[in-house]
Amino acid sequence: MLQNAAWLLIALPALSAAVLLLAGKRADKWGHLLGAAVPVVLFVYSLFLFFSIKGQHSREINRDLFSWIPAGSFHVEAGLLLDPLSMVFLLLITGVGSLIHIYAIGYMAHDPGRRRFFGYFNLFVSAMVLLVLANSYLGLYVGWEGVGLASYLLIGFYYDRPSAATAAKKAFIANRVGDVGLSIAIMVMFTYFGSTSFADVFAHFGVGGNASKGVAAAIGFMLLLGACGKSGQFPLQTWLPDAMEGPTPVSALIHAATMVTAGVYLIARSSPIFDTSTAARTGVVVVGAITLLYGCICGCGQDDLKRVLAYSTVSQIGYMFLAVGLGPGVYAFAIIHLLAHGFFKATLFLSSGSVMHAMDDKIDMRRFGGLRKAMPLTFYAFGAGYLAIIGFPLFSGFWTKDKIIESAFDKGGTSGWLLGLAALLGAGLTAFYMTRAMVMTFFGEPRWEDGVHPHDPPKIMMLPVLVLAAASVVGGYLLVLGGGVQHWLTPSVGPGIKEGVHTISPVVLSVITLVVVALGVAGAWVAFGQRPVPASAPVGVSVVTTASRRNLFADSFNEAVLMRPGQWLTSALVFFDNRGVDGAVNGLAAAFGGGSARLRRTQTGFVRSYALSMFAGSVAVLITLLAVRFS
Amino acid sequence: MTPTYYLVLSAALFTIGAVGVLVRRNAIVVFMCVELMLNAVNLTLVTFSRINGSLDGQVIAFFVMVVAAAEVVVGLAIIMSIFRTRRSASVDDVNLLKY
Repeated sequence: MLQNAAWLLIALPALSAAVLLLAGKRADKWGHLLGAAVPVVLFVYSLFLFFSIKGQHSREINRDLFSWIPAGSFHVEAGLLLDPLSMVFLLLITGVGSLIHIYAIGYMAHDPGRRRFFGYFNLFVSAMVLLVLANSYLGLYVGWEGVGLASYLLIGFYYDRPSAATAAKKAFIANRVGDVGLSIAIMVMFTYFGSTSFADVFAHFGVGGNASKGVAAAIGFMLLLGACGKSGQFPLQTWLPDAMEGPTPVSALIHAATMVTAGVYLIARSSPIFDTSTAARTGVVVVGAITLLYGCICGCGQDDLKRVLAYSTVSQIGYMFLAVGLGPGVYAFAIIHLLAHGFFKATLFLSSGSVMHAMDDKIDMRRFGGLRKAMPLTFYAFGAGYLAIIGFPLFSGFWTKDKIIESAFDKGGTSGWLLGLAALLGAGLTAFYMTRAMVMTFFGEPRWEDGVHPHDPPKIMMLPVLVLAAASVVGGYLLVLGGGVQHWLTPSVGPGIKEGVHTISPVVLSVITLVVVALGVAGAWVAFGQRPVPASAPVGVSVVTTASRRNLFADSFNEAVLMRPGQWLTSALVFFDNRGVDGAVNGLAAAFGGGSARLRRTQTGFVRSYALSMFAGSVAVLITLLAVRFS
Repeated sequence: MTPTYYLVLSAALFTIGAVGVLVRRNAIVVFMCVELMLNAVNLTLVTFSRINGSLDGQVIAFFVMVVAAAEVVVGLAIIMSIFRTRRSASVDDVNLLKY
């Protein structure tokens, strides 16, 4: 049964990565072809698995592969779980991944490190597939760490650039802070439940469960911390914009479609835990709302096109967190938005990669302008992604994002109104900064540097982008059509919301959303489309613009509160080690040396002084004897 | 004539001999002071033998005299060979073992 060979999904890319990384320069001629072929093969196999599971009555295959840690009474099994949620992610990873791998063949054509790139890329695919297919939190954690490693390797791909190396370190450290949360959650699970496999843990929650709310809240908050680190949510979001130092295919696959969505997967998978603990769910929702607005505000002030898209990712994942935090019934909307986001964000990133390629690897939007005539196909692809993300009627975002805004308002009470308004404001700001990026890049007068001749990229790069653009156009509608995906995900994340009473009627809400979006688009069009764009960033700007350019001072905060005290601590420890510890040891040695130098001076060589000391010694012995004798 | 006087005399002789060993620079004079110390001890031994009425002290005095004679032979031989190489009989000049 080919279903039992699901472990190949993890083993094949890992093997390919090993071959590519170990084969060395002789694999340079065919390395990229192997690297790109692997995800395509995986996608075909995933489709087969998808249809075979669809046909089954119980839509789940939970298979233990081998006994991982057999240690007496404590044993951990390693296994895979193929259920609707993991299948959806698997298709996203392998499908979008294949297209991006093919794109990367062309994008990295002039780079001598192309084979190494594909090795790391395949390593990432292997780890990500392990993450979504594992049937226990411990197996998920292995995949979690693997994607963090792959992300570090890929962000720092241009390792001779100090900014890239620093960005890689920053990403890994921020991930690590989040991983503490996930480790603690796993430890709590081991303590209270004795196992981390999904079946065992979830048996303690939900109907007939015996886990207390405290335990659920503890696990929930720790999982949230882990998810924040991986998905770049507040307060661990500062690494995502800097991660744009990596090559564009990396930004598209890892930091848009897949790795950063691992946090959403984690929370969706842990739905029984979050359903039990209202406190943890509130935490998720608050994080989602804050990050959503943070990403929007920061995206408005960036001149680097990829950074705008990075903040856009931060913000859109904030939407997804908001959705998973809203509780049972809304998980499916988050996943649907995740899939749609995968399509249109990958389109946007790959198009920006094409623009970057054409503009001699420059990414400052102030040096772009008027590219729609020079690169028409890329313009159409970017345009498709743009319309999808702002929620233009009938494009993807319109179907998926509106459902999230609707669910936010439906939560009821003050929190529902606050969240809904935040989501609406986010939609408007999204429209604003995306239009700004669109206008500065493709419209207006060309502000190109000398010697730059932009043109559409070769077919190998253009085709995947166009496929993804088509997916962003129709994907949203197809996903929402007839509640198909919602129904499909029910065994994993619970039933969807019943169409009951809404706080605001969906039609009215859609109209309000469209008005807000139109205002955003109009605002950006007037500010950037009608006026000439300065070639260098203006200096005398408002407080909000300065704050937006400086990531709302998040980096400054991290530096002042975490980095400087940390550096102070390390320098204090170094000082203590040099002066204190080394001082004590060296001081002891010096004391001995000095003492012996002093003592040495008694060896004068004079016979008479030796005679004197002998005499003194014998007198001392005599006195002692007398004292003992007569006491 | 109490034996105490003899003890006092021999103590005085011993002290003079000890001070002489520590203070005088000529090797021969140092040796003479050493002999003085040994003879002072001999006097003490004989006095105590007289006080206790046994002959043990006098026997030990014989041993001391033999040892003193042997030591003088060896010591003078060493001083002679030092004098032949260094042309000096001062004990301060044999200071090669200093640090």
